[in-house]
Amino acid sequence: MSIIVENFDLYAPRLVDKEEYFSAGHRACQGCGEALAIRLMCKALGKDTVIVNATGCMEVVSSLYPTTAWKLPWLHVAFPNAASVGSGVEAGLKVLRRKGRIADRDIKTVSIGGDGGTVDIGLQALSGAMERGHDLLYVCFDNEAYMNTGIQRSGATPFGASTTTEPAGSASFGKKAWKKNVAEIMVAHNVPYVATACHSYPLDFMNKVKKAVKVKGPSYIHCLSVCPTGWRLPPEQCIKAGRMAVQTGIFPLYEVEDGKYRMTIETRELRPVEEYLKLQGRFRHLSEDEKKVIQERVNQEYKKLMNKVECLPSWSDLKE
Amino acid sequence: MTKRAGMEIAFAAAEAVALCKPDVVAAYPITPNTHIPEHLSDIVADGRIDAEFICVESEHSALSACCGASATGARTFTATSSQGLLFMGEVMPIVSAMRLPVVMAIGNRALSAPINIWNDHSDIMSQRDMGWISIFALNGQEVVDMAIQAFKIAEHREVLLPLNINLDGFQLTHVVEPILFPDQAEVDRFLPEYKPYATLHPDKVLSMGTLGMPEIFTEAMKAKDVALINSKKVILEVWKEWEEQFGRMYEPIEAYKTEGADMLLLTMGSMGDTAEVAIDESRKRKVSAGLLRLKLWRPFPIEELRNAVKGAKVLAVMDRAVSFGGSAAPVGAEIRAALYGEPDRPLIINEIIGLGGRDVTVGDFIQIVEKAAQAEKEKPEEAYEIYGVRGS
Repeated sequence: MSIIVENFDLYAPRLVDKEEYFSAGHRACQGCGEALAIRLMCKALGKDTVIVNATGCMEVVSSLYPTTAWKLPWLHVAFPNAASVGSGVEAGLKVLRRKGRIADRDIKTVSIGGDGGTVDIGLQALSGAMERGHDLLYVCFDNEAYMNTGIQRSGATPFGASTTTEPAGSASFGKKAWKKNVAEIMVAHNVPYVATACHSYPLDFMNKVKKAVKVKGPSYIHCLSVCPTGWRLPPEQCIKAGRMAVQTGIFPLYEVEDGKYRMTIETRELRPVEEYLKLQGRFRHLSEDEKKVIQERVNQEYKKLMNKVECLPSWSDLKE
Repeated sequence: MTKRAGMEIAFAAAEAVALCKPDVVAAYPITPNTHIPEHLSDIVADGRIDAEFICVESEHSALSACCGASATGARTFTATSSQGLLFMGEVMPIVSAMRLPVVMAIGNRALSAPINIWNDHSDIMSQRDMGWISIFALNGQEVVDMAIQAFKIAEHREVLLPLNINLDGFQLTHVVEPILFPDQAEVDRFLPEYKPYATLHPDKVLSMGTLGMPEIFTEAMKAKDVALINSKKVILEVWKEWEEQFGRMYEPIEAYKTEGADMLLLTMGSMGDTAEVAIDESRKRKVSAGLLRLKLWRPFPIEELRNAVKGAKVLAVMDRAVSFGGSAAPVGAEIRAALYGEPDRPLIINEIIGLGGRDVTVGDFIQIVEKAAQAEKEKPEEAYEIYGVRGS
């Protein structure tokens, strides 16, 4: 386990902003990893931020009129367009600043969405925004299914998970496709900063947010967000499940800065995927053979990643 | 000083928008509106205006980007047609409910299938109930005038609603006309700088686009309806100011030779010019016919309509869209409903004409006037007719 996390109590008061920008009293489920991740993200972002929120759990739980949990300027428009609305916000702030109609200082536009709003219905808008090079941070809070509408399968749902639209049954083991890797798709867009993160490694996540904010251009963070409700695990297991996802190599934490890969949480020896799967009811039905298929795939993906970490130089090194 | 120039109307629309100094333009190519954003991008590229031009990857993103930009307080413009407008459909009611004064030009075009790039009004009619102000232009001059008026109307503190200007695809977008252009100083005098009511900015934190439960949703819809209805007052004021400054008059319904006319035609968009010639012809033949040109579609000018049809025996309403399986076409049904309670309302016939670019000629309107005269004698059984169907 990472040292930073072990000494969290000691370091947290000095490292984490006391100011709350995502306030208590919202209506998220007990043990919601996504709500925690958003709270941490906001602390890392600070006040000069505009948040654009795709439709999803977080919009629903945080903005029930006439209340709001947001102490940052916040805009929700629809499900697929957090990236394109964010493009407009960024362009608006830029031109108004240039014309002297708003204060002359940096304000970061941050678009956020769940996995459905990012990897499925919002992928086109995300791709467009990243391609155009807006000064925009996009954070995907990936809880691996359409949790807001009732745990339906998304492109980010992992192989073998049981969901309400691709359930396990006597003739099915749940999801038959592998999880879509949007972080890699963002790398392929030549986005200068791409990272994966998880709320179970809070300082790692916050450092990545701080790094992404400093990028003058597009940046992308894919934050695994444990959903006790949809993953069928007790709320108090939320943090543990996130750690297991990382330590089994199912969801490695890394960053890609100007094309250069770096593991931010080193895992010397991967734990068996079983330790992650057994925590969650959504994998309860899996046979030993199916778990073996997952283990092999995780090993293979992890090796692919390690290969990139070891072999791929940064863009500046390629200029020689 | 006002300048007269021959110009393609789409280019002229872009020039008019440029005179309004938009801050953000976001658009995606689709025929036949494309020359509007294309020419605007030229204007931005040449540094004639200081604006962010976002080449989005879809119409959905075009309106989404406009929505985001407008929420920051930027003056915002987009343009589209047909399927592009449908693709914007998800965002259309959100922009109006959030009271963001986005201005959009629609180069009206038929909806697929079969795919057809030519003009009719089925695109905007599909978006009729989205809470936008919706205005129809007759010719290039009206497109230019309405584009400049549009920002003043939409951004008015008592309005704050998005507005679409409809110009017929090809019949208007691609036609070269002599057009009077006001100069920058004149436009600056007419159009004040946009002073947004609420903006996304850390100095004054607020949440936009929140979740509305059943307890408040009805009230939110009532507020939106009231806002749209009330916008008519401002529209009329702005048109009055326009007339005072530029000498060209705008009315929700423009009447042509309707005084004492037994038969009235009612058109929207570019058909109005052709119909005018048909009315002149009919008058020469001693047929008592007049013309109403409906320019303001939303908010619908009910009072103006009731006054405009007083004394007429038959009203022939032209529609350029079909409401499949409905009681009449969109404009026909609207007008029947608006006149239903009038004790001396005219007989209403509803002709669907000019679909998917089918030419609408002076001869067609003369025939429709004759149909109207016939209808007065023997009441037609059909509530509407698709005019000129071949092989039937």
